Amino acid sequence: MKYEAVIGLEVHVQIKTRSKMFTRVGAGYGHEPNTLTDPVVLALPGVLPVMNKAALDAVIKAGLMLGCDIAPVCKWDRKQYFYPDSPKNYQISQYDQPICQGGAVEIELPGPARNIMGEHKRIPLTRIHLEEDVGKLNHFATDSLVDFNRAGTPLMEIVSEPALHTADEAYAYLTSLRATMIYGGISDCDMEKGQLRCDANISIRPVGETKLGTKVELKNLNSISFVRDGIAHEIKRQIGVFERGGTIVQETRDYDGQTGASQSLRTKEMAHDYRYFPDPDLMPVQVDAAWKARLQAECPELPFVKQRRFLEQYQIPYTITSVLVWDRALSDYFEEAAKLAGPGRAQAVGNWLVNDLLREIGAAKTDLAAAKVRPPHLAELVRLVDEGKLLPNLARTVFAQMFATGEMPSAIVAREGLAAAPTDAGELEQWCRDAIAAKPDAAAEFKAGKESAINALKGPVMKAAKGKADPKQVDATLRRLLA
Amino acid sequence: MADALPHRTIADAAARLAAGTLSSVELTRAVIARTQAVEDRVKAFNSRDESDALVQAAASDARRAAGQALGPLDGIPVGLKDVIAVNGQPLTASSRMLANFVSPYDATVTARLKKAGAVLWGRLNLDEFAMGSSTENSAFGPTRNPWDLTRVPGGSSGGSAAALAAGCALATLGSDTGGSIRQPAALCGVVGLKPSYGLVSRYGLIAFASSLDQIGPFARTVEDAAIMLGAIAGHDPLDSTSFRAEVPDYRRALTEKKGPWRIGIPREYFGEGLDPEVGAAVEQAIAHYRAQGCEIREVSLPHTQYCLDTYYIIATAEASSNLARYDGVRYGHRAEGVTDIEQLNSRSRAEGFGAEVKRRIILGTYVLSSGYYDAFYLRAQKVRTLIRQDFLNAYRDVDVLLTPTSPVPAFKLGEKSDPLAMYLCDIYTIGVNLAGLPAISVPCGFTRAGLPVGLQLIGQPFREADLLAVARHYEQAHDWHTRVPAL
Amino acid sequence: MAATDLNIDHVARLARLALTPEEKAAFARQLGDVLHHIEQLGKVDVSQVEPTAHAFPVVNVWDADEPRPGLPVEVALQNAPRQRDHMFAVPKVVE
Ligand SMILES: [Mg+2]
Ligand SMILES: [Zn+2]
Repeated sequence: MKYEAVIGLEVHVQIKTRSKMFTRVGAGYGHEPNTLTDPVVLALPGVLPVMNKAALDAVIKAGLMLGCDIAPVCKWDRKQYFYPDSPKNYQISQYDQPICQGGAVEIELPGPARNIMGEHKRIPLTRIHLEEDVGKLNHFATDSLVDFNRAGTPLMEIVSEPALHTADEAYAYLTSLRATMIYGGISDCDMEKGQLRCDANISIRPVGETKLGTKVELKNLNSISFVRDGIAHEIKRQIGVFERGGTIVQETRDYDGQTGASQSLRTKEMAHDYRYFPDPDLMPVQVDAAWKARLQAECPELPFVKQRRFLEQYQIPYTITSVLVWDRALSDYFEEAAKLAGPGRAQAVGNWLVNDLLREIGAAKTDLAAAKVRPPHLAELVRLVDEGKLLPNLARTVFAQMFATGEMPSAIVAREGLAAAPTDAGELEQWCRDAIAAKPDAAAEFKAGKESAINALKGPVMKAAKGKADPKQVDATLRRLLA
Repeated sequence: MADALPHRTIADAAARLAAGTLSSVELTRAVIARTQAVEDRVKAFNSRDESDALVQAAASDARRAAGQALGPLDGIPVGLKDVIAVNGQPLTASSRMLANFVSPYDATVTARLKKAGAVLWGRLNLDEFAMGSSTENSAFGPTRNPWDLTRVPGGSSGGSAAALAAGCALATLGSDTGGSIRQPAALCGVVGLKPSYGLVSRYGLIAFASSLDQIGPFARTVEDAAIMLGAIAGHDPLDSTSFRAEVPDYRRALTEKKGPWRIGIPREYFGEGLDPEVGAAVEQAIAHYRAQGCEIREVSLPHTQYCLDTYYIIATAEASSNLARYDGVRYGHRAEGVTDIEQLNSRSRAEGFGAEVKRRIILGTYVLSSGYYDAFYLRAQKVRTLIRQDFLNAYRDVDVLLTPTSPVPAFKLGEKSDPLAMYLCDIYTIGVNLAGLPAISVPCGFTRAGLPVGLQLIGQPFREADLLAVARHYEQAHDWHTRVPAL
Repeated sequence: MAATDLNIDHVARLARLALTPEEKAAFARQLGDVLHHIEQLGKVDVSQVEPTAHAFPVVNVWDADEPRPGLPVEVALQNAPRQRDHMFAVPKVVE
């Protein structure tokens, strides 16, 4: 029998605010334990929560970017369960009135080859709501220690419909969602820092069946690759259970990315009774059209929309586009340089950017923002080459200097005397005749049909020209003389 | 006796302090001496720091000497119910759970009293976590009624009412979730004011039921209550439920606002269970207003019979959630010899909380548990709408409502052992909390046994100035408030 | 809404209260009375009534995202029943 998996993802994304969700003590990662607390974070007797406006802006913006409906009014609820990382032993969250409903995440599946675009799909969202993060438990041999620095950090919970079917789709979903959040400046989504966390609900059913099977919740998928691997592993495990004639138990399982194995955490019998009720300490949020419009205006173009535009507007290949659009700064850099370079030069700009600049940045262990090569540099370099003022083989030398010093290419060319001198046709012809005379064997081989033999003749010509001859012109001249 | 320093009003003491015929240190010493003399019988205090109070008093005197006096509360000893946080001071809620807790922050009302120059003096006893109507549910033992030491002072703010009645402070703060200021005020013969929900910040008040709790003053006179309210009222950005209401000069309004008023008498508040002596005293008060030219109208609050049930669902549900934080992890009582986290939580809570608190947590947890939310909590919130509407309808025809504060005068310690009987003490006060209204209890007589009786006046939202004026009108024509218990 | 619905063991566990058998028996009886009283709420017709969550509701009560100093770590831990390495210590949690 053939089986199909049905997967829903619950993604928690920490919102990048300066202070916490319901109090104004600073939020941050990597601080000494319990140095980011205040009476509210610690849930001391008597304290009360006050909303952070920036967190509301961020979640509405996220919702707008993903095409959600923004609730005109939403409220806060208490989700109650005892756990030592939860200071109040309830989490302020949103139960039946989430701030965002509907919407979708566009994903791109792997294409048949690296340079061919894969299939695009829209994965519908159920909801996005806002809540607060919990503290962190550190486990030791005989006890556990609680650090509340993370407690109270604004957190978005993004819930997909059970509309994903493969581990690859889940991977693509997270990649796209993460890029969207980074684009919007909503979160840095660093999974190692817990800024993006993912739980997956997975069930399988025979192909053709429409009813959902028993779902298993997979937790602690703490990198995007682990999400893919964990889901693939769980699908295989469930099919195995089915094929051995067993039944799937509704449970929560923990996936260990290191060992690639999962184990049961708890079964449904111990499910929580969260006793949700509206938080009497907080007032509702009302989102009017003007507020929405203000945030809509701040929403950046989404990666896939940008990809379609780049392909059409700049006529650059998918391989370059697909690199550019995932990084907002990189794509902005590209557009600025392409504009400065002028029409018809976008592909050259893209090539320099993706092949040369990114490689140098990687080698120098720096980043785009810190690179001394700015869009005007790259644009000028491309223009000099395209206008024949700098020969392509010398452009690389110029680029390397430009990367090191931040000088404009024209300045480097002038100082180093690298400008392409218009080659006198008579002079070039003489150099070619000299080369043929010096290497009769190569000339003979070429004439006999060995195409590559011509290269042996180009060296001496270029040497005579001190590198400034146009390779295309050299090639043409040699061919004419050997014809 | 009534002219002894500890029994002075704020208004009187403030005038003497301003005139330089009294110092705050002198006044504070007198209050401390009075407390030392009676506290072993009244037991109103959970903790007190005499030297700290004298330091504050000396600072007040120094300010005054420098010509920088802060207003009518500067140098006045004020006691706080032990659910209001003061930085560096114990905060127990009269619970074993918080027996050793020291607050690292100030409640907003605390900060405001400090700014007004008040001498913060003593943490006053209450029913544990403000749950009760007699102050018997205190982990540190009951407070006694200064008028009859065999009787309760009412509750939950029994310590605040008793301390004031006994002359152990010139004013105190309490909190009122279902009558916890007004009922003990009535039983101890003092003025107790519950402000409109949202007028006084709850930040730093240990939460019982968040949608009902309000802090308010106990005072000897309506004028003193007005002074206290003026100091603590007003919007607070730390409390999201704090209302951006205008805060007029309540004291000045007392003389500016003159009747006659239209006074509503809700017929549902004069039925079965009302003590005849209490009823008679309240009738006398009605007769007073009528004689003064006020229009007395009978009104109906038809959903009154549902107040108690609505209240116990909402209050216990919210309490069960608010008290979840007491888990033995970050502060508070922690059970010994536990091996896992669930045991740590369950045993710390079982050992730290008293019976009434546990009972209400169980009830509140139950009404919110899976499958019961709609039948209990949601339904109660809807009935709450109807109860609130009853009041707002009544205010189309009248300015204030007049009722007894408590159906009975102070009862004997241990007399009401059945929880339901105790809950019925609040039947005239809880509707006000459900509707979010301001209400005041003022002394309106004594029973033959010498027990005080209180009159409740219920005002319109955020119209405390009018409410206080109506109350003051009655008070000025009577001398109940000048009596002092013979201790 | 019958009072007999109250499963005290279940509710006590949800509420994290380790009650003694005597407490359980007493609470079940006392709360049975209270719940019996509360049953009369079922008689009110609330079909057309909106719930009241706040006596005086307003919307959008928030603060700007401007950090303020919190508690020094020693103060944060001053009331901790057990602490180690500037953290709150609890029995080992196995999840
Ligand atoms: Mg906890
Ligand atoms: Zn969540």
